[in-house]
Order: sequence, then C-alpha cells, then structure tokens
Amino acid sequence: MVGINVLLVDDEESFRKTLGKRLGKRGIVVEEAGTGEEALEKLAAHVPDVILLDVKMPGMDGLTALNKIKQKEPLVEVVMLTGHASMEIAIRGMELGAFDYLMKPVEFEELLYKLEDAAKRKRHQESRIEARTQFR
Amino acid sequence: MSDAIYYQGLVKSMMFIIILVSFAPLVIIVLIAGYQYSIVYEEKVEAHLRELVLKHDQSVDSYLEEKVAEIQVLSEVIDIESLADQSRLKELHDALVRWHGTAFVDLGLIDGRGIQVAYSGPYNLQGVDYADEAWLREVRERNVHVSDVGLGRRGVPHFTISLRLESKGREWFLRTTLDFIAFNRLVEDIHIGETGMAYIINRQAEFQTTPRRDMTGEIPFLRELVSDSNSAIAKGRASMTIQTNPATGRETIFVTSAIKDGDWILVYQQETADAYADLNRSRDLAVVVLLLGGVAIIVMAYLMSRRMARRIERADLDKESMNEQVIEAGKLASVGELAAGIAHEINNPVAIMVEEAGWIQDLLEEGLAEGDNDREVQRALNQIRTQGGRCKEITHKLLSFARKIDPTVKHFCLNELVHEIVALSEQRAKYANVVIETSLADNIPPLEASPSEMQQVFLNLVNNAIDAMDPGGGNLDIASRLDGNQVVVAITDTGCGIPRANLSRIFDPFFTTKPVGKGTGLGLSIIYGIINKMGGTISVNSAVDQGTTFTLRLPVGEVADSAACEVGGGDAA
Repeated sequence: MVGINVLLVDDEESFRKTLGKRLGKRGIVVEEAGTGEEALEKLAAHVPDVILLDVKMPGMDGLTALNKIKQKEPLVEVVMLTGHASMEIAIRGMELGAFDYLMKPVEFEELLYKLEDAAKRKRHQESRIEARTQFR
Repeated sequence: MSDAIYYQGLVKSMMFIIILVSFAPLVIIVLIAGYQYSIVYEEKVEAHLRELVLKHDQSVDSYLEEKVAEIQVLSEVIDIESLADQSRLKELHDALVRWHGTAFVDLGLIDGRGIQVAYSGPYNLQGVDYADEAWLREVRERNVHVSDVGLGRRGVPHFTISLRLESKGREWFLRTTLDFIAFNRLVEDIHIGETGMAYIINRQAEFQTTPRRDMTGEIPFLRELVSDSNSAIAKGRASMTIQTNPATGRETIFVTSAIKDGDWILVYQQETADAYADLNRSRDLAVVVLLLGGVAIIVMAYLMSRRMARRIERADLDKESMNEQVIEAGKLASVGELAAGIAHEINNPVAIMVEEAGWIQDLLEEGLAEGDNDREVQRALNQIRTQGGRCKEITHKLLSFARKIDPTVKHFCLNELVHEIVALSEQRAKYANVVIETSLADNIPPLEASPSEMQQVFLNLVNNAIDAMDPGGGNLDIASRLDGNQVVVAITDTGCGIPRANLSRIFDPFFTTKPVGKGTGLGLSIIYGIINKMGGTISVNSAVDQGTTFTLRLPVGEVADSAACEVGGGDAA
C-alpha cells in the first residue's frame, strides 16, 4: 500500500483535504485537484497510479474528464465517486475504461482496498508491457 | 361566487333554448292550424245560417202566396151573391177551417163603400165600416193586399189578406184574417244556440212575428238597419252583416232576407260569440292546452337545465380535482428531477462528515497529545457541524417544496418566490454549469395566486431551462418588471432552443421530446393550466441553438398594501 500515488479530484475542498490527510496517514502519496481541468494539468506534470474522480463537478464533468484522462494516460486507473442517482453515469464510466466506482459517502476501508487493487492492476499492466517490450 | 353565477347563467341559457325550441313549433302549429280552422269553421257557420234563412224566407213567402192563392180561388169560383150571403159564407169558412186547420180565422165580404156586408168568424164584425182603413186604399190600387200585423179592431195581433173583386160594375172586397199563431210558428221554430232566433219585421221595424224575447230596446237599431231601402240588407236574400247590437252591447250576426216583395224582412240574429261557440270552445281548449303545455315545458326546462348544470358543475369539480392530481403528479415528477441534484448535494456534506469522523478516529488512535492533533480534532468537529448545517438547509428547502400542493389563493411576493426557486436549483445549476442571474424589479406588488402552484411553475421552467443547457451550460436569466397592471416575468436560457415544429405543441399534455421514462410531458401543460387559472398568459419565444424565453404575464392582485412586498422581497434576497 505504501507508495501508491493517488490523484484526488473533487470539487469539495473539505472532502479532498480530509480524505487526503487520512490517506496520507496510511502512506499513500496524495495529490489534489478541484476540477477536471486542474486534474488534467496535474496529470501532465506527474502521472499518478490511481485517480479518484468525482463524476459530478461544476465545469468539466467527470465523464469528460475520464475520457480525456484515458486518452492521455491509458494506463492510469480511475476509480469513480458517484451519487446514488447517477448510476448510469457510473456504467458509462465503466464503459469508458474506469477501474471501478464507489458510492458516496464511501466506506474508507473499501476505498483503501479499491485503491490498492487499482494500483496493483496498474503495476501489473505496466510490468506486462515492460516484459513485452523486453521480449521484442 | 362567480362560479354560482356562471352556473346560473348556464341554467338560464339552457332553459331559454329548450323553451324556445319546444315552444316555437307548438305556437306556430297552434296559430296556423287555429287560423285555418277558424276560417273554415266561420265559413261553415255563415253558410249554414244563410241556408237556414234562405229556406225560411222561401217558406214564409210560399205560405203567404199559398194563402193568397186559396182566397183567389174562392173569389173566382164562387159568385159574389153566394159570398154576400151570410150563411153561404159561413159554410165556405167552415170548409176552409175543416181542410186548412185554423189558418183562416175569419172570412168577410166588404162592399165598395167599405161596409162589411157578410162575415164569418169568432168576432162580431158584421156591418163594420172599413172605408177609412189604409188596407182598403191599398187593395183598391193593387187588387191584392197582405196587411202588416196589427192589433186592429179586435185587440189581438193578426194580419189579413184582401182581394178586390169586380162583379157587374160593382166593387167588392174579400178579406180573410190569418192565424197569427200559425204564421208565427214559421219563424218561431228557428232557434239555434242561446241567442239565435228569427223574426220578421216590416220597413218600420215593427215586429210581424213575436220574437222570443223582449226586443223593444232594439227597435231603433233595427229600424236603422232596414230603413235604407236600397241597401243589400233590405233587398238581397240572405245577406249577412255583423254589427254591435246596442241593446246587448255584443257583436251580433244579422242575416236578413227581404220577403213579401220587400215589405217585410226576415231577420235572423245571433250573437257572434254564440254562433261561434264551438269554435271559441275549441280555441279556449287550445289555449288551455297551450298554457298547460307551456307550464309543463317551462317546469321541465327548468328542472332539466338545473340537473344538467348540476352535472356539469360536478364534472367541472371532478375535472378540477383531477387537475389538482395531475399537478400533484407533475410536481412529483419535477421533484424527482430535482432529486438527482439534491442527492448529490446531500451526499457531498455527508461524505465530508464521514471522512472527518474517520479522521478523528485516526487521530484518536494516534493520541491527542501527539503534535497538534488536539486542534485538528477541534477543526474536524467544527467541519462536521458545518456540513450537518448544510444538510439541514437542503432538507428544509426540499421539504418546503415537497409539501402537498395547496391551491388556496393567497397574496405572495413574486421576488421572494423566485429567490426560493433559484436557491433550490442552485446546486443543480452549478453541476450543469449554468449561471443563474436574476434582475427583479423592486416595485412588484403582491400577486394573487396559490404560492405552491407558482413554485411549481417556476421550478418547472427553471428545470426545463437547465435541461435545455445540459450539457455545455449557459446563462439563465430571470427578469421581472411591472407593466401596467401586469407583472411580466421573463425566463431566458441560452440552451438548445425549441424547433419551430414543436413550438405549437409544447403546452400539450404528454408532449415531450425526452426519452421514455425521463419526462412526463406534463410540466408545461400544468404550467399553462395554472397560469390560465390565475388569469395570466404564458408565451414562448425560441430559436434553435440560441435559447428560449418564456414570458409570463400575471395580473396584479387587488391589494392596498403593495408596499409590503418590497420589504419582504428585500429580506428574501
């Protein structure tokens, strides 16, 4: 778990800050972004392992952001945060290549496991790609 | 109250139409048929009376002619000597009486000087001198004379037939008195209805027969009627005239016929009302039937229209409650639309609270003494309180709206309402990237409507506007201003617009362009109903990809304290 890089994208600053602190306490390196645009900027500077993305945000909405993220960095795993009423958004997100979705408010332990799984999968994918390039 | 007047008016107009439609043919039939019938009937009655008079004037004339002829036969067959002989005359008279009944009352022979030389009869008139009598002069001139009815010397009504005879250069007169009673019977029997009767008068309107009732009062009138010897009445046969009888004061039919070479006139008279009694009776019957029918029609029309109006009223009430239910349903639908936004809105503070609680747990595990964990816990608790407050606010907003629609008309301030709706939709707008701007006039007086219905109107319009700008966002502008005695509210979005083909249908119930399950298609039709009900209008102006403006024109309520709103509106803002 230690050493996972997570980009936290949510328009609620308090949520972002507190969750960031809690994840930080568990050894996760957290970066934060308040909007989809900001998240894309941060992505350009540094690629995290997992992006935790709120799908309902003012400005660029979650699905658009997800689409752009996947275009830029296909290997980054995205875990979506959705509300109850936006199930179809979650499904659309899965189609667009998100790793999974979580309903707000999230169970912290579940979130940790999800992040861990996502990071594992990303590393697994990366190692497969690496192996493939080595063999070639 | 106005509803009661409306239904009363409905009853009246229905009643009027029913009565008109039922009465018109009835009256027309009664009038036409009655007119035709009365004409035919009157003609019949007149023809009948003429016939009657014609028959009787003939019989009177022939009676007289017959009697004259009989005397004439006597005078020719029997010589003067026999007639002058008292006993022979008596024999002759007895034979006449034997074979002609009592028609010949007496028989007498008068010589050239006017002395009655022989006489047979009930009176002792032998030797009476008739030299100065009018009839003697008449008979000398005309040879035959039938006298008027008079009392004569005997003091009993009678009339006589006189003949002039010539024998051996001498002049004789044979004279017989006719039985008045037998003659009277000729016309006395004509007796129709209550007032119909016949009598004979001479030119001086002296009665030649005894009328059935005392008619002395009518003599001057009758004299006038028959005096003009050239008139049709005096000359013609069975000529008819209708005049007001001055003695009775009633309209009377007179049928007259000249008899005895125009000396006498047979008069038949009958009061019009009596002659046409049957006609009048059937007319009265028709009137009674018409009246009864009319009353029945009116009563029925009244009952029927009242029942109809009551049914319509009930149907209207049903419709109204149905409308309320539809509005309620539409409201639920718009609340459902809101729910998506609201759920997220609530989820956010809840998520923060959960995280803060978790953070506090983390810190407690670490121990409060560590670092500035103490202050961090304080901050987290404050944050939880703040977010709890946020939740409370949201639920309050939602609850205030989701209450059952109350159609009670109240005074309310439009600006306040707009602010409420904007506050309610803010979150939704934020996520749809819609910026809501309001430019509300300060001088808007209170409106008279159901506030919860108006909430519904604005919420629906704002929801629609936000939907129209999703995705992509835009500006939603709500402007209000006072225009005369109307408040004009314009809700303008910069959304996708409404295609021209759909513009005319957007207020139709169940018309929607949203996919199945997304929209009921009731929103705008409900709005239309609500605005119409309060006497306002709603219009739409739209251009595809430019945006849409809904303009509401709402009548200003009749209230004196229009200032109340400005203060209230200010507070709400």
